[in-house]
Amino acid sequence: MMSKKSIEIGVGLFVLLGLAGLLFLSLKAANLASFGQRSGYVVTAPFDNIGGLKVRAPVRSAGVTVGRVTGITLDPQTFRGVVTLEINESVKFPKDSSAKILTAGLLGDQYIGLEPGAEERNLQAGDVIASTQSAVVLENLIGQFLFNKAADGGDKK
Amino acid sequence: MNDPALIEIDRVSFGYDASRLILSDISLRFPRGKVTAILGGSGCGKTTLLRLIGGIHGATAGRVVFDGEVVNARNRDQLMRLRRRMGMLYQFGALFTDLSVFDNVAFPLREHSGLPEALIRDIVLMKLNAVGLRGAAGLKIAEVSGGMARRVALARAIALDPELIMYDEPFAGLDLISMGVAAQLIRRLNDITGATSLVVSHDVPECMAISDHVVLLANGGRIVAQGTPAELMGSNDPEVRQFVRGEPDGPVKFHFPAPSLAQDFGVRA
Amino acid sequence: MSFVQALGAGVLRWLAAFGHASLFFKDLLVHGLQAVRRPDLVIHQIHAIGNRSLVIILSSGLAVGFVLALQMYYALVPYGATESLGLIVNLSLVRELGPVVAALLFAGRAGTSLTAEIGLMKAGEQLSAMEMMAVDPRSRVLAPRFLAGVISMPLLAVLFSAVGILGAWAVAVGLIGLDPGNFWSLMQDRVDVWRDVGNGVVKSAVFGVICTGVALYQGHETQATPEGVAYATTRTVVVSSLAVLSMDFVLTALMFSTP
Repeated sequence: MMSKKSIEIGVGLFVLLGLAGLLFLSLKAANLASFGQRSGYVVTAPFDNIGGLKVRAPVRSAGVTVGRVTGITLDPQTFRGVVTLEINESVKFPKDSSAKILTAGLLGDQYIGLEPGAEERNLQAGDVIASTQSAVVLENLIGQFLFNKAADGGDKK
Repeated sequence: MNDPALIEIDRVSFGYDASRLILSDISLRFPRGKVTAILGGSGCGKTTLLRLIGGIHGATAGRVVFDGEVVNARNRDQLMRLRRRMGMLYQFGALFTDLSVFDNVAFPLREHSGLPEALIRDIVLMKLNAVGLRGAAGLKIAEVSGGMARRVALARAIALDPELIMYDEPFAGLDLISMGVAAQLIRRLNDITGATSLVVSHDVPECMAISDHVVLLANGGRIVAQGTPAELMGSNDPEVRQFVRGEPDGPVKFHFPAPSLAQDFGVRA
Repeated sequence: MSFVQALGAGVLRWLAAFGHASLFFKDLLVHGLQAVRRPDLVIHQIHAIGNRSLVIILSSGLAVGFVLALQMYYALVPYGATESLGLIVNLSLVRELGPVVAALLFAGRAGTSLTAEIGLMKAGEQLSAMEMMAVDPRSRVLAPRFLAGVISMPLLAVLFSAVGILGAWAVAVGLIGLDPGNFWSLMQDRVDVWRDVGNGVVKSAVFGVICTGVALYQGHETQATPEGVAYATTRTVVVSSLAVLSMDFVLTALMFSTP
């Protein structure tokens, strides 16, 4: 039977070890480190088709992550998909920047790619990105391909 | 209240399951400040009586009264309050195996008395001294023999100087010396502290030697006899005689009910 | 008794047992929360339950990490996606294997020890003696153990996952030779603290309640005989394991299904 003191020390070590493990998991093995950069401004972007875009997908420009997707809803008037983006405070984009839904690699997850425009004024919180390009939907692509093929065949006749 | 009876059992009936009543409409009074022995064969309800007094079970009918208060087994607060005035010695001690001898005796003091450690230490050593085990205070429970364990349990039971001390088979399985020691302790503690002692046992000679009052129970919680030890020893009632003399056959039969010999062995009796 | 009577009696018995167990759990929760008033008891139990389980948890975590890295590597090679190894191992551990396997190990090691201890205390009439000394065994004996179990379980699960990831790293980078940069960076990019790590911790807390509660219940209800105690310890492992696995399904569905 260990003395009371050594038991208390043992338990203290155990709890500390557990918390250290938690810290390790959170910082080294998850995205807590980038968590601090949550202060950002929120803009929206409407798309005809958001494809497989998910909430918390990254927003990248020139490949560098500058924000996150925070919400996806359907606009009941225009029936377009409205994506809410939160962009880092430190990164400003011109008002006429465009947003595309891109795929990381061949089979990877989808993300938002921002291409800066040329205007002098910058996007502010609450602004809407007007120029958007929807995701590439495989079925539409195939349909398009077949249609083109059929059209070519028809022309040749 | 200064009722001469500390405990009153008033027309109590009880059974662990509804179909079999262990005690049936039994009434008893236990005198204050005296040692009362409750004798009887196994299964006659002696230990059950102790449990009812301690509120571990609630009587199905009747009242159990402790110092003028009806013991309500459902009222935890009342039970906790009353139990602080009782001490119970279990048959095998029921000591806390993860604590030392000292810590076992100190347990009720630490939980209830609110006294500082230094004072508790003194009280524990005094109680251990009363049972002759002051030198064993540092031992672990695993290192203590059966007889010693029971003495430690006794020290623990009297730690808070209870008004009522209940002994469940204190002599069972002890050698003669230990039995003598235990009997002496019970008597002396009772006299010195002015407590009331209830001793449940089937050990006739020891009980007769130390009790002021004896109650003999039979199966079903039926009171066969009660009175002073002298009265019971000299009784002419066959049931009483069989018990106090330990005769193998009498009103309590030797044979468990069985079909006739002719039936079982196919012979003519 | 006719069949219908027997069925009815059986149902009533089952209901009574279920009610009894529910009341017991309610007591555990109520007294468990109050056990913070006796930190000395709780600390002692954390030592008995948590510290003593460290060896098996850490070694199992390491082993699982090794194996996971190897298996996932072979699974990813045909797709050329071996750079995701770190990410996959992390998610598997933190979301599922950490909480679940740690809980199963906990049930086996700490759960059986609790059941046996309480069962033996009951057999030796220690609980009854405590009651007669006007000390409620629920708050003195059961509650500190319950609180200790609920505190220890998440810590153990976290350590299991952490050690597993390190073990996987050792195999992936050290043995197989994958790029360490990718191993960590994909993880850091895609594993979310709240959704993945946080939900894993919540899961293990729930499992802690289940395993500790079941262990204490079985010990408390056991028959005071050697066979009774032995039977109770096996029942602790079986019931805890089944409950953990079922709750895991429910929790996973709640936490991780895409909205």
